[in-house]
Amino acid sequence: MAETATHEHAAHHTSTGLSNNKLGMWLFLGSECLLFGGLISTYMLYRGRVGTGPTPSQVFDIPFTSVSSFVLLMSSLTMVLAVSAAHNKDDRATTLWLTITALLGATFVGGQVYEFTAMYNEGLGFSTSLFASSFYTLTGFHGVHVTVGIIMLMSLVGILNKSKVPGSRAETVEMIGLYWHFVDVVWIVIFTLIYLIPV
Amino acid sequence: MAIIERPSTTAPAVLPTVPSAAFGALKRPVTVSSGWRSWLFTVDHKKLGIMYGAVAMFFFIVGGLEAVLIRLQLAAPDGKVLNADLYNQMFTMHATTMVFLFVMPMASAFANYFLPLQIGARDVAFPRINAFGFWAFLFGGIFINMSWFLGGAADGGWFMYAPNSGPIYSPSHGVDFWALGLQITGIASLTGAVNLIVTVLNMRAPGMSLMRMPIFTWMITVVQFLLLFAMPVITVALFLLMFQRNFDATFFDVAAGADPLLWQHLFWIFGHPEVYILILPSFGIISEVLPVFSRKPLFGYPFVVFSGAAIGFVGWGVWAHHMFASGLGPVSVAVFSVATMAIAVPTGVKVVNWTMTIWGGKLSFPVAMKFALGLVILFTIGGLSGVTHSVAPSDTQQTDTYYIVAHFHYVLFGGAIFGLFSGFYYWWPKVFGKMLSERLGNWNFWLMVIGMNMTFAPMHILGLQGQPRRMYVWTEARAGEGFFNLGFWNLVASIGSLILAVGVLFFLINIFVTARKGKQAPADPWDARSLEWMTSNPPKEHNFDSIPTVGHLDEFFHRKYSESESGQLTQVKSGEEVILDLEKNADAHIHMPSPSYWPIVLALSLPVIAFGLIYSIPVAMVGGAIALLGCYGWALEPSTATDDEIDPPSSGQGKEMVHVG
Repeated sequence: MAETATHEHAAHHTSTGLSNNKLGMWLFLGSECLLFGGLISTYMLYRGRVGTGPTPSQVFDIPFTSVSSFVLLMSSLTMVLAVSAAHNKDDRATTLWLTITALLGATFVGGQVYEFTAMYNEGLGFSTSLFASSFYTLTGFHGVHVTVGIIMLMSLVGILNKSKVPGSRAETVEMIGLYWHFVDVVWIVIFTLIYLIPV
Repeated sequence: MAIIERPSTTAPAVLPTVPSAAFGALKRPVTVSSGWRSWLFTVDHKKLGIMYGAVAMFFFIVGGLEAVLIRLQLAAPDGKVLNADLYNQMFTMHATTMVFLFVMPMASAFANYFLPLQIGARDVAFPRINAFGFWAFLFGGIFINMSWFLGGAADGGWFMYAPNSGPIYSPSHGVDFWALGLQITGIASLTGAVNLIVTVLNMRAPGMSLMRMPIFTWMITVVQFLLLFAMPVITVALFLLMFQRNFDATFFDVAAGADPLLWQHLFWIFGHPEVYILILPSFGIISEVLPVFSRKPLFGYPFVVFSGAAIGFVGWGVWAHHMFASGLGPVSVAVFSVATMAIAVPTGVKVVNWTMTIWGGKLSFPVAMKFALGLVILFTIGGLSGVTHSVAPSDTQQTDTYYIVAHFHYVLFGGAIFGLFSGFYYWWPKVFGKMLSERLGNWNFWLMVIGMNMTFAPMHILGLQGQPRRMYVWTEARAGEGFFNLGFWNLVASIGSLILAVGVLFFLINIFVTARKGKQAPADPWDARSLEWMTSNPPKEHNFDSIPTVGHLDEFFHRKYSESESGQLTQVKSGEEVILDLEKNADAHIHMPSPSYWPIVLALSLPVIAFGLIYSIPVAMVGGAIALLGCYGWALEPSTATDDEIDPPSSGQGKEMVHVG
């Protein structure tokens, strides 16, 4: 999107010395904090309100989710390697690490789909209880964020191969990296609050 | 790509008017200076500012007519103008239109147009995102109002308290249109916030330190931070409401154990910063206007800056004063009560600073100044009745009465809207190169002052006598006797609202007359102080021929005047001469951002998705596909135009180029 439409010189002309695109991305992520803040607050308010539906401890498969969380966190590592390769102008390595990052992200989303299906089969529908609605909404929003990240990563790989990135490549990779790390950090918070703290 | 070649005594070369690129084939549209293309695909912050203003003005008229209908219904006992259902829709849409579709976008209009000019920039940081923001606002506004024709508008009040806004009590699609439409305008506000903050932080002219920025720019910056953090909260609330209504979620289902205060908290955590989002731009405008017409610098500039920032911070800690009657418990009520009293302090600081600015000044009273003074007085009245709300026991009596309506119309109409009108008269010559008529302007001002006070002052009495808000009809039997007769004061308020409407009509007539035979504005009609006046009226496409180096607060004023040894102010240059100086040192090459097809395409996908969510999911998927297409088009189009679209430079190769966007 817009963050890729940068001038190579942009960074040299700003009052703060920071690039417009990076500053814009940081501000956007600041705003995202409040989005997840609102969703997390809603979940924390409702997490014990299960009505007649299943309780969290009945539906959570903590070992499974721990593994998929680990996969997602590892994708931050591969993202860092992609950014580093982009700074070294190593296109092959950049493409490789970006692809691996996207695959790890896809594994996480796949795990989430599996988890949702399993819970649904155990009787936890979207409107079963307040806990169910707020759980699916919070984790669903996070899943959509990861999915958007995967689309951006794969698009970037495609564009890199055709050498069509406008502006600075390294900065474009870095921008998507910022977004990706943010989504990971949010998951650490969500995982801790939802799965690790008993109701 | 618009390359403006200089030096040249003639006007910039006539740019080709035939698009040289096939539509959308990942090239950028050719820059044209007139015709529908020049508006539809523009990324110029000034054109976008004008469009924001025009659309917001249209919605102001819509919202105003809704208000007049409300007042006609209440003018006499047993009103027959509207039925109960239509009345609910009317007050909901009146507030929604005025808040989200008039005051906020009109502030965006001023911000878009003047913020880059005031900091000496040639455009905003992300011109295409700027264009996207405008189109998203326009489509969102149209989308919300389409509900009138598709089964009825939203009817739950602008705060749309859940569970009252659930499908049982609001069975029409009105609330769905409202929730999704506000999501769309919310996206517009969020992108605008990111854009303007980056612009302010990164694109200031050399020497323009933060504490040399004009106060309007400062207030707009504070507002953008408020938007940045308030918008996502209402986004969450709107999503929850939409899931509840369309996908059977249980968030507000009290039978399932839901907390009915969840919506109220989410809404007001957004809603109270929103109040400052509405008022701070007008504070900024009059902080520009008062010094100019007092011929004195703004008194205590740093205090005005920091009190604005303080309002921004404390504004996050007072939301629950909207909920005193909901049973929060004594501790919460006490805390929010005290915080609310505290926020009156920075606001009071501002009023004192404005007063001290006028004090001892060489005053002149054109319409712009009259509106600014009107704000100071009327806002202060509204502010004082606001402080009475912070006293929780008293507020519990006033909650949901007309006293509240009186209060917030004094701060919003007497405050925010008077500030905007002050801005219209002050900056009209800058934007359109013509002076608005002072004669019609005086009619406009005095009718608005009289109408506004006649409409809203009686509401204090009505409210303290216990007339509830949102009551669609009242009966003679319960109207009371003597001075406090509700019938009399309701009639006065209704007549006042008609006078107010005539006042606004005079403004529209003034625009029309000025456009036809207004007198040409001189370069510096008000002997102004800040950077936006240091260019022609209206400004050239690239704003400044050469970017000025800033050495002072009120830079333009300092270039015109100097102090003699005896401390006497002497004029060294006229405004025209200062502008000519800048023109003489004009930059050889100025790169302006190219227009783009994609902002409008991407924005158009949003109402399609929203329609789909209400009526049929496949349509939403089509909208999603358009959005994806828009994103790819956006990312893949060249960041500048291709070579064949650039006019060949006539001279001066290899000079430093100024990049924007």
